[in-house]
Amino acid sequence: MLALVSPALLVILALIVLPVGWLAWQSIYHDGFTVENYRRVFTEDVYWRSFALTFEISLAVTVIALLLGYPVAYLANSVPKGWSILILSLVVLPFWTSVLVRAYAWLVLLQRSGVINQFLRYLDVISEPLALVHNTFGTVVATVHILLPFMVLPLYATMQKIPNDLMQAGASLGASPSLTFFRVFLPLSLPGVLAGCTMVFVLCLGFYITPELLGGGRTVMVSMLVSRNVELYNQFGAASAVAVVLLLSVLAIFFVVSRFISLDRVLGQK
Amino acid sequence: MTMKRTIGLGCAMLGAIGLISAADAAEQITFVSQGGAYQQAQTVAILDPSAKKLGITINQDSIPDAWPAIKTQVGSGKPIWDVVDTPTGNCLRGGEQGLIEKLDFSKIPNGAAMPEAYRSPYSVSYEFYSSVLSYSLKTFPKDAPNSWADFWDVKKFPGRRALRNHPFATLEAALMADGVAPDKLYPLDVDRAFKKLEEIKPHITVWWTSGAQSAQLLNDGEVDMEMAWNGRVSAVAKEGAKIAFTYNQGILQSTSLCILKGAPNLATAVRFLNEAVDPVHQANLPLHIDYGPGNPKAFETGVIKPERAAQLPSEPANAAKQALMSYAWWSSPAGEAAEKRWASFMQK
Repeated sequence: MLALVSPALLVILALIVLPVGWLAWQSIYHDGFTVENYRRVFTEDVYWRSFALTFEISLAVTVIALLLGYPVAYLANSVPKGWSILILSLVVLPFWTSVLVRAYAWLVLLQRSGVINQFLRYLDVISEPLALVHNTFGTVVATVHILLPFMVLPLYATMQKIPNDLMQAGASLGASPSLTFFRVFLPLSLPGVLAGCTMVFVLCLGFYITPELLGGGRTVMVSMLVSRNVELYNQFGAASAVAVVLLLSVLAIFFVVSRFISLDRVLGQK
Repeated sequence: MTMKRTIGLGCAMLGAIGLISAADAAEQITFVSQGGAYQQAQTVAILDPSAKKLGITINQDSIPDAWPAIKTQVGSGKPIWDVVDTPTGNCLRGGEQGLIEKLDFSKIPNGAAMPEAYRSPYSVSYEFYSSVLSYSLKTFPKDAPNSWADFWDVKKFPGRRALRNHPFATLEAALMADGVAPDKLYPLDVDRAFKKLEEIKPHITVWWTSGAQSAQLLNDGEVDMEMAWNGRVSAVAKEGAKIAFTYNQGILQSTSLCILKGAPNLATAVRFLNEAVDPVHQANLPLHIDYGPGNPKAFETGVIKPERAAQLPSEPANAAKQALMSYAWWSSPAGEAAEKRWASFMQK
């Protein structure tokens, strides 16, 4: 078994552990040990604002993705097999399109002369175009779209394992469909909810393309700080300190989540 | 285009391998620019003719921002690039940080003949572009904004606005809007510039980050006026977009050629550098793209027709209306501090 796994372990070591370790080293060592990079991250309010905004956006994206994703997963779970394959294919289909293309597609839809504004003006719902993009709103919309599969798939996997007998048992005891849902199905699907939310939230923390293209320059998420610091301070340490702080926040989130459910489940093993 | 270029590069490399076996390592260099239509224009106007004249092979690479790569390549001790075409400021700070070779101008007569403002101990100007005030002709069929003061005047010129999400040229524009003369900008009064920027900030719809984005904003009617690079505006205008720009109070910027410290083919790189700023090659560049030659002597070659010259940012009459960016100031400690201050300005 070890022999089979070791190539993969070596790849992980060479391509993930070593570079991350090297980056972390850079953040504390530049012509001698220094805490300057971290002092900056923790004292300058630019960083604080970006981290706060990043967590706000990630939270909003997670909540919206859950509200949109849950019914989809529920539907896929309750229809015959053929239909559920179709639904899941539609969920996964956008995966095959580049994130960049999807972000630009949202630009076409949301901008001032875009499809949505023109349609609303045609219907006379609005007289002035709405500011749907080049702000946090546009960023959230596109990010939800891109991350939705990461919510739907763990939800679906969890729902698949909820025995249908339990609902029938509830019904036979006289509970209404909504009561069985809220008292039986929903609690049993909660591990999937937590798994999906963790995935979406954590992935969103590191998002770069959508805020960069659709944020209008004001939506500065942490990943953008990383790239900006390379340009601004001309050394990797300044950027990797930001990356290290983000990485530690993600690990902290995983740690807290792991107190409630097994991490295997978040990563889709069980 | 990248695809095409990669294939081209592949062919060039195969060709190079063939040459090496046939003619015992023909001289070659690796030249790096920013890709896209711009690099293609150079290939036709400057790179291919230079390679032919010098009998060398020029391998090409491209990268949008060469600075981090220069740092890592030279830092690793074994750079693979020789000559880089990059914003002049990178050559200057690279020179100061020991990442860029100091040039021996006795071996670069074409560079030595250029006015001092067009070269540094580490670099020679390669081409000029300008950050100009551009606007929609639909919104402003007449009486268009014509100065940065107009751009800042939201009463007289209502409309949506965009600026670049970068302090370069933006601080200069703010100071000109506040009444500073284009030739009296440096050293920049940074406090005054940011104060003026605070004034316009609520009226800025988008702070753009890429040239393509700036062109799209104006083309799609997202904004009515913005700061943009002249080549981007004219390219979209040529395709029929109802947009225009003025060189008045534009900020004239340049990229320069410089050589990486410890470049693998230093001697050939120096020969190429001299050839690349030859007035005739330089005069050929604007025949293929809307950027001005880095060597002002190009305008005396007769290659650029007067009506074409009038469209170029570095043509003397146009240049006289603009401010020449001081890269020396931007790479000074004050300039670097201003760059850092920009980050907090944007997020407030």
